[in-house]
Amino acid sequence: MKKLKVLIVDDSSVMRKIVERALRQAGLDLTEVLEASNGAEALAAVQKGPLDMIFSDINMPVMDGLEFLKNLAGIDSAKGVPVVMITTEGSEARVVEALSAGAKGYLRKPFTPEQVKERIAPLLGGIL
Amino acid sequence: MECAAVEVFELMAGVRLELLASPGEPCGEQTAMVGMAGALCGMTSVRCSRTTAGKLAALMLGGDVATNPSMARDALGELCNMVAGNFKAKISNLADHCMLSVPTVITGDNYSMDAVPPTEGLTLALVFEGEPIFVTLITHS
Repeated sequence: MKKLKVLIVDDSSVMRKIVERALRQAGLDLTEVLEASNGAEALAAVQKGPLDMIFSDINMPVMDGLEFLKNLAGIDSAKGVPVVMITTEGSEARVVEALSAGAKGYLRKPFTPEQVKERIAPLLGGIL
Repeated sequence: MECAAVEVFELMAGVRLELLASPGEPCGEQTAMVGMAGALCGMTSVRCSRTTAGKLAALMLGGDVATNPSMARDALGELCNMVAGNFKAKISNLADHCMLSVPTVITGDNYSMDAVPPTEGLTLALVFEGEPIFVTLITHS
């Protein structure tokens, strides 16, 4: 199985750990997990090197997930990297906005590792 | 609210909680709160003992995080956030018209909370390893 380098963006450190745990339980072989607590930090992390996938919360201070997505579009090294948005609120409008801005999928909290796997498998080209 | 709360604890902590018939007065040293504004205004809170908060955090995060009070507080805040989010997601048209605040967690049990009237509220108690977890919804009518 391909080893993956992912970025997890959430203002809650607990939530970042929960997402990482769910990804591992879903069967992802994570070789490196980068963390950022807002969109601005995430943009800086993206500049550091190629990523296989990004998971981002929507509601965050400093720079929210939607703004992060819009800024990400201008970064060459991030082109083609699938972004999965994670939201608590279940707001259809925000999900649609995220998908329009380039997100490839979304997860609504609470989620199970099985749901994570179901959502991200199509984005990983059959490596799960 | 019961359905929303039970679902969150089941999915995130892997525990199926039962409802206590008579919840009684909420107690416990850890209270997480999330404000709601918009089509529905009010607050959701989750309150339990410090021990229960630690055990829940360990189930959510794995490993021995029960001894880390900071992680336990944050985990309870996230649970409360998800209960509030799951609750509004279950009510037609509310998801897009009600915003949630970031969670706030109070440590200590010697406090009272008063909301500006008129308000309505409900409290339910879920049982986890023999200890109650109180979930309260207060709405401004």
